[in-house]
Amino acid sequence: MKKSLSIVILLCVLIGLLSGCTQDKRVTINVYNWGQYISEGNDGCIDVIAEFERLNPDIRVNYVTYDSNETMYTKMANGGITVDVIIPSDYMVDRLIQENMLLPLNYDNIPNAQKVDSQFRNQAFDPENKYSLPYSWGTVGIIYNDKYVDEADVTGWELLWNEKYADKILMFDNSRDAFCIAQCMLGYDINTTDEQELLQCARELERQRPVVQQYIMDQVFDLMENEEAWIAPYYAGDYLTMADENEHLQFFLPEHQGFNRFIDAMCIPTCCENKDAAERFINFLCEPEFAGGNMDWICYGTPISEAKEYMDPEVVNDPVAYPSEETWNHGKDYVALPRSTTRLMESLFMQVRNGLEVKLD
Amino acid sequence: MKRNKSLLLSTPYILWMVIFTLVPLGVVLYYALTDVETGAFTVDNMSKLVRYLPAFGRSILYSLISAVICLLIGYPVAYYMTQCSPTTQRFLYMLVMLPMCMSFLLRTLAWVGLLQDTGIINNILEAIGLPRLPLIRTPAAVILGMVYNYLPYMILPLYAIIVKIDPRLIEAAEDLGCNSTKVFSKVILPLSMPGILSGMTMVFVPAVSTFYISNKLGSTETVLIGDIVERLFKQGDNPNMGAALSLLLMVLVFVCTGIINRFGGDEEGAVIV
Repeated sequence: MKKSLSIVILLCVLIGLLSGCTQDKRVTINVYNWGQYISEGNDGCIDVIAEFERLNPDIRVNYVTYDSNETMYTKMANGGITVDVIIPSDYMVDRLIQENMLLPLNYDNIPNAQKVDSQFRNQAFDPENKYSLPYSWGTVGIIYNDKYVDEADVTGWELLWNEKYADKILMFDNSRDAFCIAQCMLGYDINTTDEQELLQCARELERQRPVVQQYIMDQVFDLMENEEAWIAPYYAGDYLTMADENEHLQFFLPEHQGFNRFIDAMCIPTCCENKDAAERFINFLCEPEFAGGNMDWICYGTPISEAKEYMDPEVVNDPVAYPSEETWNHGKDYVALPRSTTRLMESLFMQVRNGLEVKLD
Repeated sequence: MKRNKSLLLSTPYILWMVIFTLVPLGVVLYYALTDVETGAFTVDNMSKLVRYLPAFGRSILYSLISAVICLLIGYPVAYYMTQCSPTTQRFLYMLVMLPMCMSFLLRTLAWVGLLQDTGIINNILEAIGLPRLPLIRTPAAVILGMVYNYLPYMILPLYAIIVKIDPRLIEAAEDLGCNSTKVFSKVILPLSMPGILSGMTMVFVPAVSTFYISNKLGSTETVLIGDIVERLFKQGDNPNMGAALSLLLMVLVFVCTGIINRFGGDEEGAVIV
């Protein structure tokens, strides 16, 4: 009796699954993006994906996230997955172009592309915007909690090395951003390929390890909002999201030492299966109304001026989200590094963060 | 004829083993012995293993400690369970299994919420006027996470073995003049040895290669080998080094379980995983 009942249930489930498949005639696009990097209908903001699916009933969006450019790259390079839209940072776009991993965009399907401000177009990483279209931009600075951190200590990147705040300091868990901080402190080029300079940076990061609470990426939101940690380097847009939750959080941009400024851009990788649908999704994200609503929540800079009309004026006037041109000019851009350099950097960073002996191979 | 039949019936699993165990092992070996840039044969990855020894040592130490703690906690529980009425036994058995119904990741995250500096335990301590304690990001927190997550794997095999011990043997020992300590050390303990060994192995093996617990509950000083392997594959873009580490880990696990099983000597029915 029990057996036959379970067989009946199993059959019902199977039939349910199969019928589910036949009924859904929509095309599926796989969007692979950074975590916390699209408005999903929280805090009264728009749900970008739901809105897109409502306006394009023939497309279903399967949304997956990653926590760093390197994670995304490794997954794509290993192959075996289908991804239709990705939103990597500038240097990663460059690298993907060099390694023939992107498809050229068909701008006939993306009429909204012309709404992107000229200042963000034709950047060095993709000179003719053949493969990518800017999604957002921003800076990397230090977030700190003014309840615990003395303003006098907030002088530059060295705050992240300050023993006074040992075990309350977070650090980037990706080699590129972590090395950039050491490079800015030591005055090296942030795109250096010199092994000795990279080794020096690794030693500097090794010196920092005893005061670091954790190496993290997206966990930064929880840890900073709940005051489990007091100091963290992170992206300016995410600072604004956190500051909404905890008013004691402040942002500092070490202009005198330099900092990374970045543009994240939408691309279509070669493993794409529905290029038309993917381009329609990119076009949708450039629609000023939706771009504005989206940026309102993620708080990164929008490359579409028109979108600002649809945004909360408080965000638009915030100097952290939209720094002055003078500040912006102190920023430094990443360029794609040779694969051997990124491997070396990653291997050095592994040694640092895992407490192994730091040395060149 | 009978032989043919059993061969036929076991074919699906043998095929499964070959495709999903032996072939991947071969792939691991291949990756471990090739260069990440060129794909040419090399023993470079192997020679670089030396620098990861501290992490290996830590992984083995922590998981052995966890296995011993699990045994000390699990044995009395398993023994107590066997003394209960069948209904209570079933109920207790279910209670032991219950945490396993929830994702291991979620359970570990729950411990983060409990232990962290601004977590539930510290908030309660502060509310009643006691100082906050540094609970999280210590080796003890990592071991706690391991014990908590793997304790059922200790209790269940122990229970399965102890419940089968013939009560008449215990009566016989008592009749022949053993006091309760002697009954335990001379009869019950030796007879439950297979359960102890398989429990130890079932805790030790997953604990030594675990990668999430130390990441969440540990500090920058308690990185375990599983975390490093995960990172090499996920971000490091260096699967070859990751494969070399996995290979060494596998060898070490075999050696350690071999040693654990050695303790049981020629005990009949010792479970070898």
